[in-house]
Amino acid sequence: MNRSFHKSQTLRFYDCGAVEVKSKFGAEFRRFSLNRHRPGEFKDFYQLVVHAHRLTGADVTIGYADVHGDLLPINNDDNFCKAVSSACPLLRVFVQKREEADSCSFGAGALSRKRRMLAGLREEGLRRRALPAIGLPRDFRPVSSIIDVDILPETHRRVRLYRHGCEKPLGFYIRDGTSMRVTAQGLEKVPGIFISRMVPGGLAESTGLLAVNDEVLEVNGIEVAGKTLDQATDMMIANSHNLIITVKPANQRNNVVRGSRASGSSGQSTDSTASPQSLPPVQNFHPDELESDEEADIVIEGALTPPPPPTGSLLRLNGHCSIHRLLSSLQADPRHSLALPPGGIEEHGPAVTL
Amino acid sequence: MMKFRFRRQGADPQREKLKQELFAFHKTVEHGFPNQPSALAFDPELRIMAIGTRSGAVKIYGAPGVEFTGLHQDAATVTQMHFLPGQGRLLTLLDDNSLHLWELVSCGGCAHLEETLSFQPPSRPGFDSASSLPSLSRVTVVLLVADGARAALGTEGGSVFFLDVGTLTLLEGQTLGPDEILRSLPDDYRCGKALGPVESLQGHLHDPSKILIGYSRGLLVIWSQAARCVDRVFLGNQQLESLCWERSGGTVVSSHSDGSYAVWTVGSGSSLVLQPTEATTPYGPFPCKAINKILWRNCRSGGRFLIFSGGMPRASYGDRHCVSVLQAETLVTLDFTSRVIDFFTVHSMQPKDDFDDPQALAVLLEEELVVLDLQTPGWPALPAPYLAPLHSSAITCSAHVANVPAKLWARLVSAGEKQSPQPASSASSWPITGGRNLAQEPLQHGLLLTGHEDGTVRFWDASGVALQPLYKLGTAGLFQTDFEHADSLGQAAEDDWPPFRKVGCFDPYSDDPRLGVQKVALCKYTAQMVVAGTAGQVLVLELSDMPAERALSVASVDLLQDREGFTWKGHDRLGPSTGPLSWPVGFQPLVLVQCLPPAAVTAVTLHTEWGLVAFGTSHGFGLFDYQCKSPVLARCTLHPNDSLAMEGPLSRVKSLKKSLRQSFRRIRKSRVSGKKRVMNANSKLQEANAQLAEQACPHDLEVAPVQRRIEPRSADDSLSGVVRCLYFADTFLRDAVHHGPTLWAGTNSGSVFAYALEVPTATAGSEKRPERAVEAVLGKEVQLMHRAPVVAIAVLDGRGRPLPEPYEASRDLAQAPDMQGGHAVLIASEEQFKVFTLPKVSAKTKFKLTAHEGCRVRKVALATFTSVACEDYAETCLACLTNLGDVHVFSVPGLRPQVHYPCIRKEDISAIASCVFTRHGQGFYLISPSEFERFSLSARNITEPLCSLDICCPRGTACASYRLHESPKLSQANGTPSIILAPRSCDGSPSPARSKGAGDMPQTPEATLSPLSVDSATSADTTLDTTGDVTVEDVKDFLGSSEEPQKNVRNAVQDEACSYPILIK
Repeated sequence: MNRSFHKSQTLRFYDCGAVEVKSKFGAEFRRFSLNRHRPGEFKDFYQLVVHAHRLTGADVTIGYADVHGDLLPINNDDNFCKAVSSACPLLRVFVQKREEADSCSFGAGALSRKRRMLAGLREEGLRRRALPAIGLPRDFRPVSSIIDVDILPETHRRVRLYRHGCEKPLGFYIRDGTSMRVTAQGLEKVPGIFISRMVPGGLAESTGLLAVNDEVLEVNGIEVAGKTLDQATDMMIANSHNLIITVKPANQRNNVVRGSRASGSSGQSTDSTASPQSLPPVQNFHPDELESDEEADIVIEGALTPPPPPTGSLLRLNGHCSIHRLLSSLQADPRHSLALPPGGIEEHGPAVTL
Repeated sequence: MMKFRFRRQGADPQREKLKQELFAFHKTVEHGFPNQPSALAFDPELRIMAIGTRSGAVKIYGAPGVEFTGLHQDAATVTQMHFLPGQGRLLTLLDDNSLHLWELVSCGGCAHLEETLSFQPPSRPGFDSASSLPSLSRVTVVLLVADGARAALGTEGGSVFFLDVGTLTLLEGQTLGPDEILRSLPDDYRCGKALGPVESLQGHLHDPSKILIGYSRGLLVIWSQAARCVDRVFLGNQQLESLCWERSGGTVVSSHSDGSYAVWTVGSGSSLVLQPTEATTPYGPFPCKAINKILWRNCRSGGRFLIFSGGMPRASYGDRHCVSVLQAETLVTLDFTSRVIDFFTVHSMQPKDDFDDPQALAVLLEEELVVLDLQTPGWPALPAPYLAPLHSSAITCSAHVANVPAKLWARLVSAGEKQSPQPASSASSWPITGGRNLAQEPLQHGLLLTGHEDGTVRFWDASGVALQPLYKLGTAGLFQTDFEHADSLGQAAEDDWPPFRKVGCFDPYSDDPRLGVQKVALCKYTAQMVVAGTAGQVLVLELSDMPAERALSVASVDLLQDREGFTWKGHDRLGPSTGPLSWPVGFQPLVLVQCLPPAAVTAVTLHTEWGLVAFGTSHGFGLFDYQCKSPVLARCTLHPNDSLAMEGPLSRVKSLKKSLRQSFRRIRKSRVSGKKRVMNANSKLQEANAQLAEQACPHDLEVAPVQRRIEPRSADDSLSGVVRCLYFADTFLRDAVHHGPTLWAGTNSGSVFAYALEVPTATAGSEKRPERAVEAVLGKEVQLMHRAPVVAIAVLDGRGRPLPEPYEASRDLAQAPDMQGGHAVLIASEEQFKVFTLPKVSAKTKFKLTAHEGCRVRKVALATFTSVACEDYAETCLACLTNLGDVHVFSVPGLRPQVHYPCIRKEDISAIASCVFTRHGQGFYLISPSEFERFSLSARNITEPLCSLDICCPRGTACASYRLHESPKLSQANGTPSIILAPRSCDGSPSPARSKGAGDMPQTPEATLSPLSVDSATSADTTLDTTGDVTVEDVKDFLGSSEEPQKNVRNAVQDEACSYPILIK
């Protein structure tokens, strides 16, 4: 999935008011620019795109890649403005004919999925077809989900927290405690780990799936029984990019009743009552993402041909600063195939690969 | 989610067998000085010495290399120890009033120190016996009588009980109560007062039936056990501290709590002696402290030795720890730096000799053992071949260098000899010579370097069982410190009386905390080394065989690189000494590089072939060309939000509010992320401050249970810029065709920087490279997404082996690395290990340790493990110590977990922080400030004591000499149960390390079987992982009769293929 952006020293270098647009339809590219501060209306943009790709008369959908690499739609003035204003520096636009647009075109990780599809086209296609066409709330970014309902006891709940693309803290605390277990000798007190506190406004609280005094049983498939609080903490932090915790909720009244579940064993189930983000519409996640906890480390390649001596040190220094800005601005978000740097990292030569 | 369940790989029997041949865990030997010693004993016949500690450990030492260790079940202080002379048995008294009998058990080829019997005196006697028998309250003194067959116990109640040592049972009817003594006293002395506890019991060399009893009140009695009557009575009136009965029996010397001693003559006349013949207060006339122990030794040459501890004038020298040696007119007051525990003299114990003629005086102090040669005029101190006081100044860092070339070794030894001249005469050799060291000469020299708080680096010979000092490098002389003048003034002010003589090397007081050594690296081929300290000083030195006099060249590197908005509030840099300095033979400085700001150096690395040194602090890292003496690179790693990095650890100008806030932040930090705590003085100081701050505001002390915050690490965590590791490698950074010098740096926030270096190559034939500037160009930056601190970086060649050290390849000292490409870089963070391809940095393999085990990486090292079965087969693996104290081994580059063992208690943070791995699968960690525990992960490379002792049979009829081999030790001084697992080495295998005990001596059946596996009581889960062990029962069974070993030898020969013990569950 490595992809380099070889710098093209274009006008955006000199005219900061202009946004370079790279519009793609099928295998074709069109390049043009827009005024960042006065992008105009969506209607005009639509006409411009249709005209540029010579698709006059066809019904098309327009999407763009946002800073997180998600493919988001452009279908009204608001998200068009957002797209132009958030372009940094390049606005990548994807055009599809309405009838060809597949059901999962937009959403987090949509771009990466597309590319991956080429490799595993057959199985991917099969799996997709097997999905029942239920109206999932595709306009929301997933923040949490209950998974593995079919294999867990009804008293347990396995919660997955998605932290990517979300500026909120995970926001919960754990503590030591004792829980009652039924054993052959009767009731027995055993040490356990419990959620002790929720940070108001944090991800954990906003999902509504975790609550104070829920007992933590597993972290990403590994039991915490016999582990110390510090070990459990370290495990959770180490998995924080894709945290799956199995809890025994303190409140057992809201458990999923297994009989009423319709969505089979696909591993995905009810979505949370998450508050919608202020972000443009997104689609629900795809099950194959469960396997992709691959966290990509960022590698920044330096300009290895030694720069000319008089300006070399200065250039390098600048590079460092921008790299720092880049690193600090990229909040841990490993999943995106395209982490476009918000800072002008490309201006000094190094390219970004992921 | 299912993958978690499937991750556990199936056990491949082939691989499992190979693992048994490669890996085995032993704690082999403890180096250094026992922590908190509390008792001392010496067996003049076997010439072995025992030291007991407050944690209940017993250690026996003989000739260098002869060591035995035991541990009492209860961690109670050992208050007294007595050898049963010549029997290899030891009676110990603990402060819980229990008596224990230890024996050097030899069974066939394997022997160890074992507790055979214990005796807990009845604490509360029954009512009926209370009337007739005084209660056996608290045992104050123990005396062995009749060649150790019986023991006399003096108690607090004033009675003397007798005990049969063979069975540890009280001998009824022989008890001597104080009433019996009181009857023979004149009325005016009795006057209704009790005699007090028994303070001293002394036996007589010639007449074992007589016992000298000293009571606290001052009364001395010679009791004839045979006649059961009082032989002599000395009516002392001073509170008694100790007694000594002179060899001929004609004189008794008693020491008292007022600092006086009295000499009593055992005349032939009246049985009642009223007055001592001589009473002296040696350090009078002003009030003196008690003389705790006194010894009287006579000499053939006339005159006598009177040796006593304490007795100093209370007001002026009451705080000194002194032992005084008085012979004729010569008085020397030995002035020690730590408390005197006990002392003994090595002298003739043959009853036919008329004189003691003491050879040596051994003084056990709280922190060291000092032995003085009493036969050489001036009584010089003898250098101890073991019990090295590692902690003479606190250890701040350590490093191990394996396979030291013989040439460098010889140079180091000669430099060390010039530092401390060995005693010339052959007569004055180490007096404790019991036992024989059967261990073969180590095949290779191992060097352990310890950096200390006072700025010294000590070089230890870690090749064998006894850790011996080789050389000491002091860096304090290079700097101007504030404390130099005060020291010299203090010495000048000292009086001539008492005649103090400073002895010993334990000096815990550091002149300046900034001198502390933080990192050490040594190149064994060029004898160049780098020493980096607390105040940002990076010193490059080279070993020289000639003394020199030259000025110190100094360079400074600004690591902040004009970063705005930061001001350093920590300590100042150390001012370098100016002017020409004279340097003795040894390591002499080439250049001093000063990091600015002068924060403690956190990482350092040296490449002698390129003439480069790289160093890192909490602010960034720098690269310095010490050949041209010019800086090459400085890179700031600070995060803009990181404000803590600017406050040095010794800042004293913080506002209270600020320091409070920081303390809490620090506490939270340590709770949340469990950041590695570098246990040096500074962090201790910080912790102490934090604790103080916590106590200062009690309202903040929550009653609620401890909570841990679950939050991913963010970029602006404080101290994110700390450089954790630096590494030089000749590898592919630019492209897959051209390799070249590179520098790698890893930080606390999971960033890795890789620089391509342009080093002018040396012309053919010359070692030195041309004097052209070295250039560094940033090649790669890797930000690990989990942002955990990077602990280590290593480049693996095309065959997956780590690259050799500088000069190893170019001088054909190691197999040349595969430079055909296909290099990979291993990056170990605190949470996971990852191997990336080079030059395109893409992840190849990884292992997420924290996500799976919930533990964090503290130390890692690449080590080579050689198979016990086949000398040619070796694997390079990654050894790792976690914050839970477990040691894990992973394959490289596959990063598959191989074995793991519990090693250190997880509460013992300083032990975990001090751990250092060797290149061949051994390791060291501090079990106390003064002791290194040595452990071995390799099944082949084991350094353990193998020794024999010639013991007279306990019956005393025949003196059979049989060999004792000490097994891997069964217990450990710090009280943790250790796991001793040793695969039996097959007798025919050419194993250099394992067969060292059986190397030169005739191959008795016992010897061939010598390194037997002994498993102490360990938990089931450890046995699961450490196959290749035999349970205790099996070992005993195995060695039950004399025929057994031979049968086993035959068995071993027959099925050589399966020379490994089968796992017995």
